Amino acid sequence: MGADPAIQFRSVTKRFGDCVANAEVSFSVSAGSIHGLIGENGAGKSTAMKLLYGMYGVSSGEILLGGKAVEWKSPSDAIAAGIGMVHQHFMLADPYTALDNVLLGAEPMRAGSGWLPRFLRPIDRVGARKRLEDLSRRYGLTVPWDEPVSRISVGVQQRIEILKLLYRDARILILDEPTAVLTPQETVELFVNLRKLQAEGKTVIIITHKLKEVMSVTDRVTVMRAGRVTGEVDTSKTTPQELADLMVGRKVVLAIEAGAAKVREGASALVFERVVAEERASKRRLLDDVSFSVRAGEIVGIAGVEGNGQSELLQAVLHPSDPHCRASGTVRVLGAEANALDAAAIKGMGVGFIPEDRHREGLLLDASLVENFALGLHRDFSSYGLISWKRISTRAHAAFEEYDVRPRALDAQAGRLSGGNQQKVVIAREFERKPRLLIAAQPTRGVDVGAIEFIHRRIVRARDEGAGVLLVSSELDEITSLADRILVLYEGRIVGEFARGQAGESEIGLLMGGGHA
Amino acid sequence: MNRFLTTLRPFLAVALGLTLGLGLTIIAGESPIHVLKVLAKSAFGSPYDIGMTLFYATPLLLTGLSVSIALQAGLFNVGAEGQLVLGTLAAAAVGASYPNLPSPLAPILAGLAAFTVGAAWGAIPGWLRAKRGSHEVINTIMLNFVAAGLASYVTLYWLKNPDSQNPETAPVGPGYLIHQFATFGDSHVSTASLLALAVAGGLAFLLRRTVLGFELRAVGQSPRAARAAGISVGRMQIIAMALAGGVAGLVGVGEVLGNAGKFRLGFSPDYGFIGIAVALLGRTRPLGVLAAALLFGALHKGSADLDLETENVTRELSLVLQSLVIFCVSADGLWSWMNTIRKEKRA
Repeated sequence: MGADPAIQFRSVTKRFGDCVANAEVSFSVSAGSIHGLIGENGAGKSTAMKLLYGMYGVSSGEILLGGKAVEWKSPSDAIAAGIGMVHQHFMLADPYTALDNVLLGAEPMRAGSGWLPRFLRPIDRVGARKRLEDLSRRYGLTVPWDEPVSRISVGVQQRIEILKLLYRDARILILDEPTAVLTPQETVELFVNLRKLQAEGKTVIIITHKLKEVMSVTDRVTVMRAGRVTGEVDTSKTTPQELADLMVGRKVVLAIEAGAAKVREGASALVFERVVAEERASKRRLLDDVSFSVRAGEIVGIAGVEGNGQSELLQAVLHPSDPHCRASGTVRVLGAEANALDAAAIKGMGVGFIPEDRHREGLLLDASLVENFALGLHRDFSSYGLISWKRISTRAHAAFEEYDVRPRALDAQAGRLSGGNQQKVVIAREFERKPRLLIAAQPTRGVDVGAIEFIHRRIVRARDEGAGVLLVSSELDEITSLADRILVLYEGRIVGEFARGQAGESEIGLLMGGGHA
Repeated sequence: MNRFLTTLRPFLAVALGLTLGLGLTIIAGESPIHVLKVLAKSAFGSPYDIGMTLFYATPLLLTGLSVSIALQAGLFNVGAEGQLVLGTLAAAAVGASYPNLPSPLAPILAGLAAFTVGAAWGAIPGWLRAKRGSHEVINTIMLNFVAAGLASYVTLYWLKNPDSQNPETAPVGPGYLIHQFATFGDSHVSTASLLALAVAGGLAFLLRRTVLGFELRAVGQSPRAARAAGISVGRMQIIAMALAGGVAGLVGVGEVLGNAGKFRLGFSPDYGFIGIAVALLGRTRPLGVLAAALLFGALHKGSADLDLETENVTRELSLVLQSLVIFCVSADGLWSWMNTIRKEKRA
């Protein structure tokens, strides 16, 4: 590790109007290290990086690059100084090929064309391609150069983004929440690649709130909370618990004690009997002879890498008559056959549903919080077709109080809340009717550590109050700490079943990947 | 202060659009002040002028509302023109077929017919969207042509007025004609304008207070979230398009019962299409649509006298003004953008 810090923040403060996004932020990143910048949503991590990347100017304090204070007017100055950033949402032009995406904005010109006006000079694709192929060999980042980006998987798109930076000679790479969109395997691959970059002398900063990743890939970590740095530690000398406490500012329980289930025999909340689902067009089997049951008072966890039939499983409960996917077999929800019912009837029987994609399935992002709270409950608060917004507001206010939704303003727009608070709105709503069957799909995706603890407690409480809970998650920790029984789903089949504590993570992980335990 | 500015913004945008448009008349060698005077005088100069403004605004209010309801449910109704043509034809057909019905019953029946036929015509693309997934924009555009053809056929072969050379239906019975307000001279402002106002109020109530309205809006904002909440997306799409068609069909009340007393082919100067602009200008909120319809009605009437009263500007200026107003209102994003820039600078 080099002795000179590659980057140094000295008492950097950034104000937006009256809002202080960064307050006296100081930390340094050693050259050739992988540095983690962690904190909850809104802690100021992204603002700090945008300052470094030249997207904003500092209000006071200074940022040093290799010992010299920087004075940047725009990101292009930062790029010229060797800083590159991969944004959380990739900035790629879908219809263009991988090659053209890398070249876009930095097109190399054919030799001898200097006399032409810039926009008329022919692009030297051959030379550029050679250079890129060298780069990709050196860092082991394989990319199909001639495929349009729209046909390339997310993990590979991220490689394109990284190559884009390397092509522009970046020495310092900033990655904003790089694993948010990746599968577990892609995450592992990314970390291997980051190590290679480090070995080649690059400095990497990753912004994240996933502690496990920080522990596995970084050398040093800076923790931020509410715009301030609350800690800076060597990764080897810290624990996830310490980092979580620094992030949240209080003692956080990372894996809550779910306790033993009090299963109520005889009453099954959800039963799958030999359910088969086929994609209508291709006849591909998405669910293959799936049978299980969730009894009242227990949590059944479905473990599995995403895309192994989880969506179809949820579909089979709530929307059995979907045109794209045909299901056969029997699904019984709280004793009634789901095939004969529509989603409204199923939910009306006392089913709470926390969807995996809260932005598209859980919320109306443009609508107010109270309207989002009402969604699906609105019929309970209406008579003769008229909705009583007054009654809903009273209930919503009480619920938001209980679930600590911030801000507590009923007329705030849902899309403006942080991910954790959005999820709390969904959960407050779905628990409002005291569900007898709760279906929770990825309930803590993109949610802060503090909120995760809260959400987990709620799920366990619902179980203890006698609800049957079906928990679908790709976070193995979540499944093992919450579920009383674990089913492993692989390619649409249930390939393993364990009682709580019966199997270790590695055993389940192996089954998730298609191996044999 | 900030909230005050926010409510003021659409008005400022409209004013800016009008100013720009009037400024253009300088190029044509006309004094903008003079043009504005002509416009204002022609739109509001006498009770008759005001009446004509209201007369034009009424169908625009209805078609604007029609497009708005569909948009609230996430659907783009380009078919208001076809829906209003068939709705109007239906009102005339009832009136011509049963000419002897007495007064309160007759117009109610004709109005119901206009609404029902418009609704049925609107429900077709709604149903196609819900059940077959085919896009309503394409279907409503095509159905406009079908409606025009159907209206010609019915008018010329079934309900032809034997006493006229014009392509129009036989007149409705006297019991059908509704009250015209004498205050506005012979400008044909009738109770149809009040009906349109009531429809606007009713829709505002529907959208805000009823289960149906909430579900329509939920479907419009996120069909998947609505579905997960147990709302039948397809059903809402059909209902929204049927309502949109019905409201457009009500244009027939003013035209047949309050004005012409019969269906005349080609009576609509594209009310259905202007309705799209009205809806967008009014931001699909009933109150906003009302304001937009009045503005467009005034522009339409006001520009009528430009041909006579000015040397170098013709009535087509109203189109220029309409488009610039829409342009300025839809450039609203620019305001928020400039706001963020300002905040950045200050920081």
